[in-house]
Amino acid sequence: MTLLYSEVEQELRSSVRGLLADRCPPAAVLKRVESEPYDLDLWKTLAGEIGVAGLLIPEELGGAGASASEAAVVLEELGRAVAPVPFLTSSVLATRALLPTRDALLGDLAEGRRTAALAVSFAASPYTPERGSSVSVDGDGRLSGTVTGVAGAEVADVLLVPVGGDLYAVEGASVEVVPSLDLTRPVATVTFAKTRARRVGACDLAAVLRFGAGLLASEQLGVAEWCLDTTLAYVKERHQFARPIGSFQALKHRLADLWLDVVRARAAARNAVADASSVSVAVAQSWNAGVAVRAAEEALQLHGGIGMTWEHPVHLYLKRAKATEIALGTPGDHREALASLVDVPGPGAG
Amino acid sequence: MNEAEIKERVAAFLGAHDPGGDRLEFLRARFDAGLAWVWFPEGLGGLGVSRELQQVVERELADTPQLTGGKQGIGLGMAAPTILAFGTEEQKRRFLRPLWTGEEIWCQLFSEPGAGSDLATLATRAVRDGDEWVVDGQKVWTSGAHHSRWAILVARTDPDVPKHRGMTYFVCDMSAPGVEVRPLRQITGEAEFNEVFLTGVRLSDDLRLGAVGDGWRVAQTTLMNERVAIGGAPTRRGGGVLATVLSTWREQPELRTHDLHQRLLLLWVEAEVTRLSGARLREQLAAGQPGPEGSGMKLSFARLNQALSGLDVELRRDLGYDDWAFRRSEDVDFYGRGPGYRYLRAKGNSIEGGTSEILRNIISERVLGLPSEPRVDKDVPWKDLPR
Repeated sequence: MTLLYSEVEQELRSSVRGLLADRCPPAAVLKRVESEPYDLDLWKTLAGEIGVAGLLIPEELGGAGASASEAAVVLEELGRAVAPVPFLTSSVLATRALLPTRDALLGDLAEGRRTAALAVSFAASPYTPERGSSVSVDGDGRLSGTVTGVAGAEVADVLLVPVGGDLYAVEGASVEVVPSLDLTRPVATVTFAKTRARRVGACDLAAVLRFGAGLLASEQLGVAEWCLDTTLAYVKERHQFARPIGSFQALKHRLADLWLDVVRARAAARNAVADASSVSVAVAQSWNAGVAVRAAEEALQLHGGIGMTWEHPVHLYLKRAKATEIALGTPGDHREALASLVDVPGPGAG
Repeated sequence: MNEAEIKERVAAFLGAHDPGGDRLEFLRARFDAGLAWVWFPEGLGGLGVSRELQQVVERELADTPQLTGGKQGIGLGMAAPTILAFGTEEQKRRFLRPLWTGEEIWCQLFSEPGAGSDLATLATRAVRDGDEWVVDGQKVWTSGAHHSRWAILVARTDPDVPKHRGMTYFVCDMSAPGVEVRPLRQITGEAEFNEVFLTGVRLSDDLRLGAVGDGWRVAQTTLMNERVAIGGAPTRRGGGVLATVLSTWREQPELRTHDLHQRLLLLWVEAEVTRLSGARLREQLAAGQPGPEGSGMKLSFARLNQALSGLDVELRRDLGYDDWAFRRSEDVDFYGRGPGYRYLRAKGNSIEGGTSEILRNIISERVLGLPSEPRVDKDVPWKDLPR
């Protein structure tokens, strides 16, 4: 087990970063968020040419047979760019749900020919996997009910719907995007009305969400890193009182503390993929979610008035950070889980 | 050398030396076999191999006589790396062996009443007299001076140049005439540290470490190692000061409240991510890619120690204190005695070895590349500084 990055991972990082720098600078993301947030051309390149869509899929099923560790590096980079592509929703969450079934759809997902989304609320967690869903299945195998807060649904060709321990594939449900806090990963309400579905196999939804939560910590790390780097560059440049504002101790100490939080977020993110235990995931989520929010909030404050404007991209990161604080369990949910996982029981627990 | 080879080396050593015999003889033999600190050169207690292999040696020798961590801390953590980096062959040969075995204890004569965070402004003078230096001045916060045979000392040798340039680094003979050690009582009641008065202390020139005027650079090596020594020790999950709080928490459920529970869980997570960072840092060091992360370890350690030891007192609702009696400490001890002692002792963690404020300056300037505050003392000769 290692907490470092391998050479292969560093190479993967630099190809993803290079592509994103070219095709997905913050200004470009900002420009599209109000019309068509997802950049499917970019996704095609990422999925097909760099091959990120099939990372988690074994080679015999058409994928790259890589591990969560490589997927995590991709997520760091996508977080740094708040890249509007369905990697987390399709290539991590939906793919992980589908993997145990070895369904043929995996081959399509691996090549990026099709995209899937898990019809589960992004606000659900490994501890409350059903949150936000009222879907049931009738005797004819048709689905009815709604799921709120589904991420990545509007760009999915297939929805994967977990109901009562089974996973169903659905094409053609009603997907209604709602105005969302996170502009770069909006959520939708998915409605089924006696919708025809194909049962693809069994689904341990809590395990899928736990896996996703562990990887989300790497996206949060990427968000925090961008915020820290961008703020450092700004305070070195911005002059007030005839000095760069980054020379004032009051700001330097805040940034040193933030750096230390980010350093620890990197260790937590790496640990969550090196050892995907419930404890590691809960630790990474309860730390990194807060660090991403803190980094974005500090970035906004230290940019002063410009940080409050729509034209500066820092708000995209703040919105992403705050939304992912809720996604797949809040830090408090994960700490509550740790209480029993690491034997720190609360009052009255004996 | 790989893991298997070093294991063989240790096995051969154990074959020839009985760990159940005389403790000191065993430790001396271990040093001579190069199994003291394997990354040191051969002949100086090491084998000139990767530092990573030290863990293997420690594991293999876990049931043999051990060093006395606290009392030897300054020697092992600070003096030794500095002597290794800047000492002459003769100095290395003279000092390192008894330093490692603990036959000679070391302390650190750096801070002064007028030079704390601004160490470079120190005023203790060393004046050359033939082959000797005559040292006059006062040092303070000197942990363990009352046990020490030697000290690492920084003194001013040229007051006519700006402060960073006029210092020289020495090894001070603590038994020399003119060295007076007075205990300083701390908030814990005991005296772990001292004031040290140096009056006409004569040190021969072969006790100088590094070039005349190069003391600041030599001292940086010591200080960086001090911070790693304080913040970098490996722990297991739930270990260190957290372990004490957790055992009370588990054994006395009647003490638990919802408020304490939330705060304890927050600290548990912070301790865990800090521990993981330390593990990652050690992996980087072993792989030969030292990162800047080390600068932050002491900062995290101080914060956590203070928060956890404070929570421990509150959790126990213990209004007592084990013993206020004024005594000289035998050891530097962060974890021993009662919760009140630990709480008070931990207050020093954000002061000793560089205050947390100075560490934040170092991180922001050296790691993050932020500009320094405007300096009024940089190009002024030391003797002309306002004071």
